[in-house]
Amino acid sequence: MSSIDLPSTPKPSLTGFVLPIVAVAGAFFGLVTGSAKDSTLLGLVIGAVVGAALAYALVGYMPNRRLGRWVAIGLFAAIGILVGGFPGAVAGAAIGAVMGWITYWLSTGAYRHNVPIYYTAPQVLWHNSYLFICGLVFFFLIAPILTIMPLSFNAENFFTFTPEMLALDPAGYSLKHYRDFFTNPNWQQAMRNSVQIAPAATFISVSLGTLAAIGLSSEHVPFRRPIMAILISPMIVPLIISAAGMYFFYSRVGLQGTYLGVVLAHAALGIPFVIITVTATLVGFDNSLTRASANMGAGPVRTFFKVQMPLILPGVISGGLFAFITSFDEIVVVLFVGSAGQKTLPWQMFTGLREQISPTILAVASILVVISIALLSTVELLRRRSERLRGMSPG
Amino acid sequence: MSDGSDATNADGARRVSDSSDDGPVLAADGRPLKQSLQRALRRQKLRALGLIAPLLIFILVTFIAPIADMLFRSVENQIVSDTLPQTVQTLADWDPDSGELPGQEVFRDFYFDLAVAAQRKKHTQLGTRLNYELTGVSSLFRRSGRRIDDIGEVYMDQFEDLNAAWGEEMTWARLMGSEDWLQEQEAWNADAAAADEADRDFDRPLPAFEFGADVRAELPRTAAVFDEFAHYMRTDNQESVMEDEPWEVAYAALYEDLMANPDAAAAFSGENATILSEAADAVPKFQAVDYKAAILETEEGWSDPQVWATIQTFSPDYTTGYFLNAVDLQMTPDGIQAQPRDQQIYVLLFKRTLFMSLMIMGSCVVLGYPIAYLLSNLPLRESNMLMILVLLPFWTSLLVRTSAWKVLLQQQGVINDLLVWLGLVADDSRLVMINNQFGTIVAMTHILLPFMILPLYSVMKTIPPSYVRAAKSLGATNWTAFWRVYFPQSVPGIGAGCILVFILSIGYYITPELVGGTTGTFISNRIAYHISSSLNWGLAAALGSILLAVVLLLYWVYDKIVGIDNVSLG
Repeated sequence: MSSIDLPSTPKPSLTGFVLPIVAVAGAFFGLVTGSAKDSTLLGLVIGAVVGAALAYALVGYMPNRRLGRWVAIGLFAAIGILVGGFPGAVAGAAIGAVMGWITYWLSTGAYRHNVPIYYTAPQVLWHNSYLFICGLVFFFLIAPILTIMPLSFNAENFFTFTPEMLALDPAGYSLKHYRDFFTNPNWQQAMRNSVQIAPAATFISVSLGTLAAIGLSSEHVPFRRPIMAILISPMIVPLIISAAGMYFFYSRVGLQGTYLGVVLAHAALGIPFVIITVTATLVGFDNSLTRASANMGAGPVRTFFKVQMPLILPGVISGGLFAFITSFDEIVVVLFVGSAGQKTLPWQMFTGLREQISPTILAVASILVVISIALLSTVELLRRRSERLRGMSPG
Repeated sequence: MSDGSDATNADGARRVSDSSDDGPVLAADGRPLKQSLQRALRRQKLRALGLIAPLLIFILVTFIAPIADMLFRSVENQIVSDTLPQTVQTLADWDPDSGELPGQEVFRDFYFDLAVAAQRKKHTQLGTRLNYELTGVSSLFRRSGRRIDDIGEVYMDQFEDLNAAWGEEMTWARLMGSEDWLQEQEAWNADAAAADEADRDFDRPLPAFEFGADVRAELPRTAAVFDEFAHYMRTDNQESVMEDEPWEVAYAALYEDLMANPDAAAAFSGENATILSEAADAVPKFQAVDYKAAILETEEGWSDPQVWATIQTFSPDYTTGYFLNAVDLQMTPDGIQAQPRDQQIYVLLFKRTLFMSLMIMGSCVVLGYPIAYLLSNLPLRESNMLMILVLLPFWTSLLVRTSAWKVLLQQQGVINDLLVWLGLVADDSRLVMINNQFGTIVAMTHILLPFMILPLYSVMKTIPPSYVRAAKSLGATNWTAFWRVYFPQSVPGIGAGCILVFILSIGYYITPELVGGTTGTFISNRIAYHISSSLNWGLAAALGSILLAVVLLLYWVYDKIVGIDNVSLG
């Protein structure tokens, strides 16, 4: 634990190490603020001076970490108010939190906690830069998704932050795009179509997929590899090719532009996910359970529903969720196989994005993000439950 | 011993002790044990196949059949021989290198084919098809189709002047149809009229048209035209041939038949024989039409031998033409040649698709490797927390992520606003980051990054940390330990992730379509364009087939490196 290492960690020098680095950080924030106020150089100098002063004050006179950081936040928020009013205060508080954290992180030697004690300074520097780079990549992954959420509360019909929004003025925010989503007949029709198509497709893929997965996991299946390849193929073939083929073929047999056609196409796309998750669950399945059940007089159907099904249910449900989200998110195939009557939510978003109609898309996107968070947690819970169940199963 | 046959084995084993020492070991029912085991195994196989069968059939019908259909369409070319069946046959003997137009015969057959096609509105489709090969053919077919009936009218007027009965539907119906059909149709007409009077619904299907005996043999051309006419009336108009007189071209056909076979009337009886023999006597004195001159009159363009050469080149039922087009070549009467320079786009598009997929793959490795390394070396609790940050984008709708990038990157977007606010970029020179390659690469890197991180993570998780520690204890620096010991072990993960990302990106459609503009689009966007806008389905199918071949090849490689069975969903 770090508390044991702590005494042996050399205390970093204040003037030679902590002060300059905090000053650089301060200079950076000063530069940002300064350039926004058209006085770059001044901002840089003031930032460096304020940073160094803060570090000196905190390290010298504020041994209590928590208190020191609150002081830094308050101080910078006050500066923010002077510079830019209420939004300035918020930005200032954020900068203050970062500055306070950096100061204590450096001055207490916490920056060495995760590396072995024998690491040289460049190694420590490299380690921390590496963590910083990783942080940037995580930021790259998450930031775009998080950006659209506040934008969906935009009171204007813009795809960008308005000055009122940046000023945190309540007038800049509204629920009108959400209201539009729930009242606009186009969106409602799209929502209804999605809700009608996805469950039907999921039902087909789950029922057929589970049976086939059970068949595939038995020991003696002839041609297992080619069969598996065919069943997985909808996942492998690029969607545009599946869509093209389905468009040609379904218009030949009269399924193009029908509800049934879209459901069948989506069911085919969802099947690989069901097969993969259910066969993965069945790998750990103990076959002596079904034999025991047969031994006690249960028929195959009863054995399936009373013994096998409860045990593989987590796999089936997460396969079903995958299939559901595949259909719910799918756009390429429905764009070709469907007609205006089968316009789904992604399709409506696609047209909206193409024509830049209104930020209602962002409201829908935010709702979808919330839904996917819910689904993600469900799948994660199911996976844990499945592992627990398999751990408990005898054998 | 396999798991499934345990029950039978145990059963058999008990028998072994019971049975006498000599002779084959018997199972409970008195069969030899070996046979009994085999039977159980067979039953098990059948049961497994029975469970798989419904899904297999489902996938074959809903997915594999469409793919096969697409492959078929990429070489299919039946439209030429379907629309111009006679012309294609007579044109086969024509030598395109002679520099002369085909003979009178070809023009005659072409007239009959085109007149029928024009009535059935199929000539414009053929024109569109041939226009892919020779620009201008489409308008040729369209304009000629509008005026082609003038030729038949010459004969129609002469027949009707000879005997007004030729202008009546029933004359034709009686002449062409069989007795059975006539009776059946009369009965149907009577029933329909009765139903109409009583205001009842009447939905009995029309009886199928049937030719009288010898009609096909004696009057082949007329029968061919009338067959098309009957089919057209039945399917497109839901009427019998008794409702309308045949197309003008039928009169021309009858003229040709009677000229070729003046004794045709002998095979008919009653009224039919009278009217036919009357006509047969009269036709030699009819004013004849010079088909070649008449067709050239409908449209000047037919005097270009190039047009006929193109029809001849594309008359086979199957063609490699679409595939050649897909790689910027074209099949001309003089062999395979490069497309005109301004139409060479597909090789460029394929190259661009490959280049951008490689860029996306590269940036995914660069961004994904540190993350996967971090995740696999952190304690489980922390790495699970961070894993959520990777899985959330993975689970978020593709359109949500694409719209996010659109919002961020556009000229009035968040990033540009931020840069302008900071004073790094002037307000009037905002960066163009969307609708070009940059936008596509950034957005797709973000979208595909989880597909790189997850396989990398699962491989790195299996690398024992003790190897790196051993290397360090033997005196390796951090870098050497990483580069010589850790990195080589993580290469399978890089390979798996790269192939996965590459395969996914070369087939991507939605994101390039939305953020790619004109310079950032992929081959898939062109496929979609040919399906929905230009309607050149054959070319779309050929492009799709090439793409599919590339993807399957890559998957084969993936299977060799990682194994398809190891596909995991994170």
